Amino acid sequence: MKKECQECGADISIPEDAVVGEIVTCPDCGGDFEIATKAADKVELKPAETVGEDWGQ
Amino acid sequence: MAEVCIIYDKVRFEEKALYDKALEKGVKAQMVDAKGITVSTESKKSDFSLGDVIMQRSVSHYRGLYLTACLEFLDFPVINTFSTAEICGNKLVTSLALAKNNIPTPKTQLAFSAETAIEMIRKTGLPLVLKPIVGSWGRGVFPLRDEETANMIVEMREENDSPLARIYYVQEMIDRPPRDVRCIVVGEQVVTAIYRYSGEGEWRTNVARGGKAELAPVTKELEDLALRAAKAVGGGIVGVDLMEDKARGLVVHEVNNTVEFRGAASVSVNDIPGAMIDYAVGIAKK
Repeated sequence: MKKECQECGADISIPEDAVVGEIVTCPDCGGDFEIATKAADKVELKPAETVGEDWGQ
Repeated sequence: MAEVCIIYDKVRFEEKALYDKALEKGVKAQMVDAKGITVSTESKKSDFSLGDVIMQRSVSHYRGLYLTACLEFLDFPVINTFSTAEICGNKLVTSLALAKNNIPTPKTQLAFSAETAIEMIRKTGLPLVLKPIVGSWGRGVFPLRDEETANMIVEMREENDSPLARIYYVQEMIDRPPRDVRCIVVGEQVVTAIYRYSGEGEWRTNVARGGKAELAPVTKELEDLALRAAKAVGGGIVGVDLMEDKARGLVVHEVNNTVEFRGAASVSVNDIPGAMIDYAVGIAKK
């Protein structure tokens, strides 16, 4: 499945096994998006959070 | 059958592996976005459908920590507990917990102003390692090899806006091979141990920094030390990091709360997410 990048309009491929909450990256502009919802034929993206100072283990 | 709830704010390899493993084991599981949860002091456990046991997997330390406080307020069992997460999330508190429990750990000195930090560094002599007390993936960890750089880094920290940057955590530099050991502890069990080798042009061994994983033998000494370190911070599912000090043998330098295991899973023969799910189900039954 493909989805248009909200930043630059390029196509972002959404892997078949991707789940809600996963991050996808636009191959053209490098923008990160979180999969907000996913159904059989429809996927919604929202801008992903940027890496926080407290991210990690 | 117990239902496991995996709370995330960003789904990584680990969260997918846990969810898939639960389903494979026939354990009911759900994934819930931490960013979508709101709690009030008047909330009741019955207001939420979060299963019987919660695995807190938020990548943001503070989000995970304080959401865990709320979930424990609601009487949900959470892995890890607020207490374990709080200790592990702070290197200063972790070092104190390790030392208090007589677990071999690198000598760590603490100062609370730039002046005393510089004085402490000068008196001790270099090399040393300056680490932020809160932080992960090796961010802000500086090897201090000469006095000029050491003073400059302390000065930089002094100018930082964060009050935490002005707490100085200075550790001896351990003479070790170019690797450390990560033990994945689940309850009373060391599920796997790996060596983490520094990536090219890198001194830190974090897999997030390009470090490479290789299977390490779980010796009796390693197992004993990792379990004791896990217990010292309150137990649960943790990643115990150790270094092989050429002079003293194994020393524990860190215990990680929301342990990442992608590197370990790529080389381990043991079922890491499987052990975690079994542990969660066990907690739910208690």
